[in-house]
Amino acid sequence: MPDKPKVAFYWCASCGGCEEAVVDLAEDILKVVEAVDIVLWPVAMDFKKTDIEARPDKSIVASFINGAVRTSEQEEWVRLLRKKSQVVVSFGACANSGGIPALANQSTTEDIMKYVYEDSPSNDNPAKTRPLTECEDEGRTLTLPSMHGMVRSLDQVIDVEYYLPGCPPTPKLIMAAVQALLTGKLPPVGTVLSPDMALCDECKRKDSKPADLALTEFKRPHQVIIDPEKCLLAQGLVCMGPATRAGCEALCPGGNMPCTGCFGPTSRVKDQGAKFVSSVFSNIAPKEQKEIDAMLDGIPDPIGTFYRYGLSKGLLRRKLN
Amino acid sequence: MTEKFEPRIVAFFCNWCTYTAADLAGVSRLKYAPNVSVIRVMCSGRVDPQFVLDAFARGADGVLLGGCHPGDCHYAEGNYKTLRRMRMLERMLKAMGIHDGRFRLEWISGAEGEKVRTVINEMTEKVRALGPLDLPGKTLEWDKELKELEAHVNQSAPKEEAVHAR
Amino acid sequence: MSDNKNKQADLPRVGFYICHCGSNIAGTIDVVEVSKYVSGLPGVAVSREYKYMCSDPGQEMIAQDIKDHKLERLVVAACSPNLHEETFRKAAAKGGLNPFFFQMVNIREHASWVHTDKGAATQKAMDLARAAVARVRHHQSLEKKRVPVDPNVLVVGGGIAGIHAALTLANAGKKVTLVEREATIGGHMALFDKTFPTLDCAACILTPKMSAVKSHPNIKLWTYSEVEKVEGYVGNYKVKVKRKPRYVNEDLCVGCMECIDACVFKEAKFPDKFNQGLGKRKPVYIDFPQATPKVVLLDPQTCIQLKTGKCKKSCAEVCDRKAFDFEQKEKFEEIQVGAIVLATGFKAYDAKRDHQYGYGRYPGVYTALEIERLVNASGPTSGEVVLRDGKKPKAVGIVHCVGSRDAKSNKWCSRVCCMYSLKLAHLIKEHSDAEVYNFYIDMRTPGKGYEEFYDKLLSEGVHFIRGRVSDVTDWAVTPEEEGRLVMRVEDTLAGFVRRIPVDMVVLSTGLEPQHDAQEVRRRFNIGCGSEGFFQERHPKLAPVNTFTDGIYIAGACQAPRDIPDTVAQAGAAAAEALALIDAGFVELEPNTSHVIEDECSGCKSCIPLCPYSAISFEENKKKAIINEVLCKGCGVCAAACPSGSIRQNLFEDDEIFSEIEGVLAK
Repeated sequence: MPDKPKVAFYWCASCGGCEEAVVDLAEDILKVVEAVDIVLWPVAMDFKKTDIEARPDKSIVASFINGAVRTSEQEEWVRLLRKKSQVVVSFGACANSGGIPALANQSTTEDIMKYVYEDSPSNDNPAKTRPLTECEDEGRTLTLPSMHGMVRSLDQVIDVEYYLPGCPPTPKLIMAAVQALLTGKLPPVGTVLSPDMALCDECKRKDSKPADLALTEFKRPHQVIIDPEKCLLAQGLVCMGPATRAGCEALCPGGNMPCTGCFGPTSRVKDQGAKFVSSVFSNIAPKEQKEIDAMLDGIPDPIGTFYRYGLSKGLLRRKLN
Repeated sequence: MTEKFEPRIVAFFCNWCTYTAADLAGVSRLKYAPNVSVIRVMCSGRVDPQFVLDAFARGADGVLLGGCHPGDCHYAEGNYKTLRRMRMLERMLKAMGIHDGRFRLEWISGAEGEKVRTVINEMTEKVRALGPLDLPGKTLEWDKELKELEAHVNQSAPKEEAVHAR
Repeated sequence: MSDNKNKQADLPRVGFYICHCGSNIAGTIDVVEVSKYVSGLPGVAVSREYKYMCSDPGQEMIAQDIKDHKLERLVVAACSPNLHEETFRKAAAKGGLNPFFFQMVNIREHASWVHTDKGAATQKAMDLARAAVARVRHHQSLEKKRVPVDPNVLVVGGGIAGIHAALTLANAGKKVTLVEREATIGGHMALFDKTFPTLDCAACILTPKMSAVKSHPNIKLWTYSEVEKVEGYVGNYKVKVKRKPRYVNEDLCVGCMECIDACVFKEAKFPDKFNQGLGKRKPVYIDFPQATPKVVLLDPQTCIQLKTGKCKKSCAEVCDRKAFDFEQKEKFEEIQVGAIVLATGFKAYDAKRDHQYGYGRYPGVYTALEIERLVNASGPTSGEVVLRDGKKPKAVGIVHCVGSRDAKSNKWCSRVCCMYSLKLAHLIKEHSDAEVYNFYIDMRTPGKGYEEFYDKLLSEGVHFIRGRVSDVTDWAVTPEEEGRLVMRVEDTLAGFVRRIPVDMVVLSTGLEPQHDAQEVRRRFNIGCGSEGFFQERHPKLAPVNTFTDGIYIAGACQAPRDIPDTVAQAGAAAAEALALIDAGFVELEPNTSHVIEDECSGCKSCIPLCPYSAISFEENKKKAIINEVLCKGCGVCAAACPSGSIRQNLFEDDEIFSEIEGVLAK
């Protein structure tokens, strides 16, 4: 039997949603399994690192890696997969741009450790014990992965051929990517595998957006009863759709929630948060600094709002201390 | 640090007011600090917050943005759009640990050559006092951990490789 | 070597030129060092320094190099692009290169002239040059758009500047609309009795020009009107004019003035604005006999019919032309013009602001404009120099520099006050037997025949005292001072403080920007200097141009000036407008924005941002589209497009990002 193309799935700092998305392929997953030979998929199958290490370089056709890179272990794994793979697909928002984990780039590792092991109210750790990367136990040296100083996107650690955007990527986009890989009909290296246009293009509410929007107040979804038909921005809700890549077919606006930007920006934009700010805030109504500031107070956490999935790839990458 | 720190400040000046004011400062032979390099745009409204972040990311210690006074924009209201965006950007910069004085928005009319001098001198001193921001240097520093691990991975023979117990 | 470098990087071939500007640049910046440095940058095929890049040989060198070295991009480091960008674009075109494959680096106004540390200035020049080299690679081939110019002209302000500009343009065959805020044209000059230094009567030389305006077939005269709104761009302005109601039909009134006699007010009892409040007028009035147009008007503040609707309207009754229309409302008219000349004049300094001189407190204190009316034969006293109480002054003191050359009010010299003070001294002497004292700081008489006029006055028995008057007081300390005004002054030539009793004090008030100069300049989208006068494009080389193409300035709205200079400037402004119109078209800077259709998501974020409504939503395609003729190139939409789908020519993201990268690269 001729060898089926070998494919690996791996996860780094992620929530497991991306794995779920693969399972969400439903019956289509059988087609995938039929067509490929899965050599690594920690969530579902038992393979060890040595199995991968034993493989010849570039022997895996494609590795789909989700999650951001936060620890030394994740870094080692992705470097290993890079070496063994012909193509690496950065899978999902965390791998692409840090995702939710990258919001930790607003804190130092020390702050995080201190909170988690000492200050968190649910802690009972009077000795203030912290995990060690290395310790001696009955004469043997035990090691644990170390935390990196910051959360990185996958492509900040290894070269990546393609990106599947989303938190998580939709089954439709995953299927299209797998098919492109299997048929060899691949776009240029570096391509994000979804339409290079903003989400409004796909949004059913698009027609309801007025051409003379001048916002006077920002509201948060829990504060209002959201009109299910009308443009969310026009309702004063921070909808990142205009600054977010299309491809999800406006799932969140379809579910009556504003887009939070998980698909990242279009290829023409370097910093999704800054660009969104440039667009939406140009169009607010107040002119006086005081009124402007009062209106901005409606957005209590700008970084968490505008960089919810992309802080690692923002131009500043992390908070400076 | 042995030599005096010389801040590098990138300025975006609108063509009609602040750039003209800087020209006027020149014609009037006013003397000011050489730390600011001006990038000309037609209107301060052309300045995308991305430009400001990019300048910081590429090594600017400060970013100065100059436009016409409110009500005086050559393009009617471009400077109001600038003001609104930049008020938000300032909050974001603060949240990201970029200190107050490193970003400055000033309204300088074509007649205010003197103000160009004052603002540039003040800002240069302020940023000098804050010290280098040096994001490119910091990035290299942050990414050192990657380089170290990369070297470690490369030197270990694949078969012996076992970082954590199995 | 540089050839290898180019091939390696596959970059366009850049030519770099740095100008010495004599020693203006080379005195502070090591141009040789910069040139050497830039020659090592990727893609740079030629790097040269030259004494004067803007000279013919300099431009020729660029053009020749473009051909010889197959240059694809051009960077010139010299003065401000506001000065010579066009020059070097032409040089590029001459060499066969698209003129927009060019970037200018400002190392004179922004570096050599403002820095003293040569090392730092040289470093800055290198940084800026590197940024330009990085940027210019991304430049696109562009073309200037040609737009036809509307041949009609608007002149705003009907003083001597506006009159002269309008007549010049009309004589050249252009259709002119002259808009004047007051009921008559003539401006300040119409208030004057005589003009210095020739002492010809102001009315005699002005009124023929006023009637020429009225009768000129090419001039539409709209008095009692104001410009409300200006839209459009060079060659194609749309102007909305408010025409205030006179309550008299301008086309019917022949100016017989019988209505004024017939008014129910038998005596004139309201202050006459034209005569500076020294005379009285009725609710129906005409400013002065030669007012143009010679049409009466009603003052709604004082006319009984307009105030209460209960008057016998005897004025209207005697009018056999049936010109009265008490129901007249203000109306708005729109005109299209290609060029606009602003000649909105000045405001005289408010003498009340200098409390020490007692204007408004002592009846014997007058402003110079009041004296102009007093000495005028058609003025309120028919030319007799008498005080408000009818007495003849025995001594008159003229204070120069009121509201001029004073750190507390206006720093500038108003240029005309010395001369008109001399003129008034002469006229007062001519019209009375009074002793006349001139109190001056410096006597400034530059101008043809001006110094000679001063000499003449010196021989006429006028007293000249050098010193700034400290105050005017009625506090007498000697019997001789009793009941008179005492002027206290340090006579800086004699070296002691003097008290000079007089009966009449004349304050030679300076010239200030009009009270609404700021609103007006905003309406026309031009600038003001720090003192508030309209800002010329260049103080020497473009004194009647503004930063807004197609809008020109003339007369005292730009700075204080006398009549000869005003007329010369009005002629210059008219000539500039003619040059624009007769070219037939304007070339618009191609820095407009455009939407990349395939990239636009139709989010409409850009649409409300455009101040010119140049962006619209294409309903069929559900995408934004920019009308490039309406676009003025501010780039606000490009900065705001959340998906990066709008590009501004000459200021594309790539260009600016590479400029940032370049300026910061070490």
